[in-house]
Amino acid sequence: MGREGEVVAELLPEFERTHPGIRVKVQQLPWTAAHEKLLTAFAGDVTPDLCQLGNTWVPELVALNALEPLDRMLAASRIVDAADYFSGIWDTNRVDGRLYGVPWYVDTRLLFYRRDLLARAGFSAPPRSWHEWKRVLAAVGNDARADRYGILLPLNEFEPLLALALQQDEPLLRDDGRWGNFTAPGFRRALGFYLEMFQRGWAPALGTATISNVWNEFGRGRFAFYISGPWNIGEFQRRLPADQQDRWMTAPLPGPDGPGASIAGGSSLVVFRRSPHHAAAWRLVEFLSQPAVQRRFHALTGDLPPRRASWADPGLAADVYARAFREQLERVRPAPKVPEWERIATEMRLVAELAVHGRLSLEEATRELDGRAARILEKRRWLLARRVDG
Amino acid sequence: MRRQAAAWCFVAPALVVIAVFFFVPVVAALAMSLTDFDIYALADRGNLRVVGLRNYAQLLRTPLFWKAFGNTLYFVVIGVPLSIAISLGAALLLHTRVTRFRAFFRTALFAPVVTTLVAVAVIWRYLFNPHYGLLNYTLGRLGLPSVDWLGDPQWAMPAIILFAVWKNFGYNMIILLAGLQSIPEQLYEAARIDGASAWRQFRHVTLPMLAPIVALVNVLTIAGYFQLFAEPYVMTQGGPLQSTVSVLYFMYEEGFKWWNLGSASAVAFTLFLFIFGVTALQLRLVRWQSAA
Repeated sequence: MGREGEVVAELLPEFERTHPGIRVKVQQLPWTAAHEKLLTAFAGDVTPDLCQLGNTWVPELVALNALEPLDRMLAASRIVDAADYFSGIWDTNRVDGRLYGVPWYVDTRLLFYRRDLLARAGFSAPPRSWHEWKRVLAAVGNDARADRYGILLPLNEFEPLLALALQQDEPLLRDDGRWGNFTAPGFRRALGFYLEMFQRGWAPALGTATISNVWNEFGRGRFAFYISGPWNIGEFQRRLPADQQDRWMTAPLPGPDGPGASIAGGSSLVVFRRSPHHAAAWRLVEFLSQPAVQRRFHALTGDLPPRRASWADPGLAADVYARAFREQLERVRPAPKVPEWERIATEMRLVAELAVHGRLSLEEATRELDGRAARILEKRRWLLARRVDG
Repeated sequence: MRRQAAAWCFVAPALVVIAVFFFVPVVAALAMSLTDFDIYALADRGNLRVVGLRNYAQLLRTPLFWKAFGNTLYFVVIGVPLSIAISLGAALLLHTRVTRFRAFFRTALFAPVVTTLVAVAVIWRYLFNPHYGLLNYTLGRLGLPSVDWLGDPQWAMPAIILFAVWKNFGYNMIILLAGLQSIPEQLYEAARIDGASAWRQFRHVTLPMLAPIVALVNVLTIAGYFQLFAEPYVMTQGGPLQSTVSVLYFMYEEGFKWWNLGSASAVAFTLFLFIFGVTALQLRLVRWQSAA
């Protein structure tokens, strides 16, 4: 999918050479159409043998009973070593105690910040806790007339709020994913902090569509912090002029009290149940999971590898911008593993947007979210109740 | 009798095609709208529940559906008259004898209709850009405050209307132009001899002669504009604050993003009934007017 689909073609000749008798045909999908296409492929009984899958889609395809459990193949494998993977990322592929995917590359959200703006405000290091973060934001200051802000939290993305919410002790859904848990103190704290950043004027109420060029605006100092993912390391290196390169850095996401968790995102490799080539597909999973191949993959795409062994690569170890990601990856947590989660996350973003615009109070927003989640999860409750009865 | 059988044989292929590709899907969708078909049902038909009219009842209680309905109505009420007025204006300009390079202008004004929507949407996004866009540049020159076209919930729908009208007016323009060309010249000649001004010629010759065509264009445009989808899909994805979510966009998200095909079918049928009602009303009006 996306850029990975193009790049993987460069790795495959070696696989075909070392595995005579296996030929690999790659079909590329754009990310925007991938989800639709996979579900249609399932309905039409033309699923592939193996596929790259955003790890938040795993529960959905498991609910469809489309994926082959990989536990047995993993137990027999000498290449895929579960203990070497970042545990939060690995966990996204386990549903109801069984393994359905092997992480291919990882994605999480953390802070991109302007060192020079922080230094001018009197801070030599990035904040580690929410408390410090607020102090830095207050000191960096904001000026709506000059169009200058402390932090950019794009309203069209649910990830910044989700990352803050995953830092809390309470789960986002309760009772085995039957109900939302948004009125719990944990989520209320996260949403409260998120809203506070808008109410104090630190964050502008904007989506990325209205900021035509996030990279230029960051370079120009329109905001000092930006919560984003690993692909932006490459984008900032490419798009900002050389004299601005030492002005920015990455940092792990601050948590309520000290370094906090973030989202366990990324893509996994999954094998489809209806495929007649399970063994061959697993060979390809193993091939792509070797640290040496993952390093080449990183060199080609900039995608971060999911195995600690792959991070031993000198190029990656020397990358100062990737260091914060390495640290953050030890502290990532999966989003709730129910097929309905993407929809609930979208509702979370929409309700938060309403609250940012002052149409809902914090209290009302959390209650509204619990209500929407309850409606979305209705079918799941019915299915679980039936499973217990039957 | 034999002749009748032969006739049935001749129309049978067409009827079969219509049945297979039109009636069967429509009936299937109607049946689906009475169930809660979703990804669980896709996995195992045993997870399918027949829910009767619950999808429809639920729909009418969904605030976003009403919001989408309101947005669509806004689009139709402003967009259709604007679009037809511009089409008619352009057709009249092309029809006057003084116009030079008529073929060129006709092609140029029709061009937006046949260009790819996604490609021109990219260009329009630049025109709408609050900092560098041509529209705001022009407003600035006129001393007017700049507008955040696609980012402000108040302005996003007007921006979509502007874009859609520009994209679609050429189609009606061609139909109206054909209508204008079929008005007999003698009528104008007679009017001129009677001393009618250009405006009165337009008011009392052109408009009445064009009325059936305008009615047709009206029916087609309203039915088409109710199915607003592609413009918000490529320009705003329904945002900001869901101010550009149309009924069809809502249905698309329900069906293809969240895979709730049952409730998506219910949306489709509700919209169908509504468009059907509006069209029937219009036809009734036209008939009543021509009878009067």
